[in-house]
Amino acid sequence: MSVLLQDQNYETFEINLGPQHPATHGVLRVILTMDGEYIYKAEPVLGYIHRMHEKMGESKTWLQFMPNTARMDYLHALAYNHGYVLTVERAAGIEVPERAEYLRVITVELNRIASHLLWFGAFVLDLGGFTPLLYAFDDREHILDILESVTGARLTFSYFRFGGVYNDIDDDFAPATLAFIKRLRSRMPMYHDLVTKNIILMKRLKEIGPISKEMARRYGATGPVLRGSGVNYDIRKNEPYSVYPEFDFDVPVYTECDSMARYMVRMDEMEQSMRIIEQALAKLPEGETIVKKAPKIIKAPAGDYYAAVEAARGTFGVRVVSDGTNSPYRLKLRSPTYSNLSLFGEVAKGMLLPDALALMGSLDLVIPEIDR
Amino acid sequence: MSLLQSEPIRVLAFLVGIIAFAALNAAYLVWLERKEAGHMQRRIGPKEVGPFGLLQPIVDGIKLMSKQLFLPKGCDPILFMIAPLMVMVPAIMSFVTIPFSETLVARDINIGLLMIFAFASINVLGLLLGGWGSGNKYAIIAAARTVSQNVAYEIPMLITVIGVVMVYGTLNLNEIVIQQAGGFWHWNVLNLKASLLMPVMFIIFFICTLAETNRAPFDMAEAESELIAGIYTEYPGMGFGVFFMGEYANILIGCALTVILFLGGWQSPFGETFVPGVIWFLLKLYAIVFTVIWIRWTYPRTTFYGLLNLSWKILIPISLVNLILTAAMLKVF
Repeated sequence: MSVLLQDQNYETFEINLGPQHPATHGVLRVILTMDGEYIYKAEPVLGYIHRMHEKMGESKTWLQFMPNTARMDYLHALAYNHGYVLTVERAAGIEVPERAEYLRVITVELNRIASHLLWFGAFVLDLGGFTPLLYAFDDREHILDILESVTGARLTFSYFRFGGVYNDIDDDFAPATLAFIKRLRSRMPMYHDLVTKNIILMKRLKEIGPISKEMARRYGATGPVLRGSGVNYDIRKNEPYSVYPEFDFDVPVYTECDSMARYMVRMDEMEQSMRIIEQALAKLPEGETIVKKAPKIIKAPAGDYYAAVEAARGTFGVRVVSDGTNSPYRLKLRSPTYSNLSLFGEVAKGMLLPDALALMGSLDLVIPEIDR
Repeated sequence: MSLLQSEPIRVLAFLVGIIAFAALNAAYLVWLERKEAGHMQRRIGPKEVGPFGLLQPIVDGIKLMSKQLFLPKGCDPILFMIAPLMVMVPAIMSFVTIPFSETLVARDINIGLLMIFAFASINVLGLLLGGWGSGNKYAIIAAARTVSQNVAYEIPMLITVIGVVMVYGTLNLNEIVIQQAGGFWHWNVLNLKASLLMPVMFIIFFICTLAETNRAPFDMAEAESELIAGIYTEYPGMGFGVFFMGEYANILIGCALTVILFLGGWQSPFGETFVPGVIWFLLKLYAIVFTVIWIRWTYPRTTFYGLLNLSWKILIPISLVNLILTAAMLKVF
């Protein structure tokens, strides 16, 4: 921390980082009180893209709300689909066929890789390196093509239904997915050689933006941010849902607590997702993709239900309170980035502006998910 | 021929020639930059306007010129308008002493090297005033960064140049080139008889050139993901355009100096003389420019303190050691 910061009489000035700024990737605004290039205080201002998703849920039927879930975290839309159907299935007591569960896991994990790839490109872009972005987008394009063939959409997927998924995969799906995995595996060493081992990148990430284990817990941080702080917590392992217990995969945990640790967690998670997809494709059972007697109109019995999934950015939780009618009485969404961003003010204090932006990039913010 | 040798015509020809060279290069280096970046990123780059997108810079220029030249609220109008010129004019002035070949030099003066460094320092002032005059906090942060960066990097650069001047005993750029005659093993970069650290000096000089011209990975003045567009944030239309041309003219000067001081200027790499020197000079110049662009699209940006640490803790000590070594070797041999 700057020596000057400790002097109370020292003059500071305020700058607005956003709502339009190249590094905030959306309409996030941070009011920075600066002392030269040192940040004295950072105060995120939210609400520029608030769309009342929770309130919308209360006025729509259970199924009508489904497309909304894809419009919160548009980069990992399928996990949000998953979290919502999981809660409603729990509420209405709907069983899901085995094949549908496998398809859900495969598509969610593919989507997770796409999300991490985009983050990888955008993060290096934040650090001033433009070229990796286009390589990452090239890889991501393959995933979007694969997902388009099965879900019909490329970004805002609404693929899941209560009791299954709406479309079965075709014959090309498995070969295309395996070919993609082979391609990405061959490219990951290149990314590590050219980006991870780059001395400028290392100097900009190592020991920058420390988030201690205690602080991450205090703010309720989840996902790669928490795992980069040395906490082994992944909903897929800790509160298993769907068919995740049947797969053999690791949860990457780094104890350095810096931006580099969060970077490495995400890079390693891509490999683990590829392992899950391979196993799921090998074990994929035959059968229905949606339960035969799926009710046309869902009516969840009165009660209070909660389910959570591991999205690319952390724990996405859905809590619904039902009064027995055909729409939720109250819908509460717990989005991971909201908690992860709340760390920023405390960690950024005393940091230099470029380091704070590296920290912000390492939190992997998706603004529409913060504001909902 | 006699017409060209009459003094007023000579001055006019060089004046027009240098301005045309600088402006054309600024335009087509942007094209080169975009093409090169495109191919490095598995894209094609500009291709719609003209063959290979060769007319793209002209279209860009027309677009910039057609923009309204408004003054932002809270700016200092005089500084705001003067600053782009203070970057552009010294850069073009520096071309006066650059020897393109043995005879193709506007003014073959004895203090050419000194003159270029004198003019190069004005460039910083232009950037500072532009940032200050904009009345924008991002621009002011960028201006402060630029000044301390340029001060920090001028020191190792000048120490390196002093080493070169000690070896050749002249500040005249043409004479420095003449002394490097006879094949690439006579070039200064391989001049191990003068100083064992000469290749290291070349690298230091090249890094300093990147930093002095605010090129990535040292583009603290622009830093688009941190400071929006840094100093250029508030500049509209040709205000920005002139800054941009000045930036590219400065890159050309920096690269030309690298070629002259270390890579034998217009000397042929094989010692023969039937290919005109100007062709060798331009080839070497554009090879260095290509490398500068290549570096920009490869590396992420350093941080400001990383940049100052590099200068004060690494480059300055090494260049001082080299200076002493060069002096000792010159004395002994």
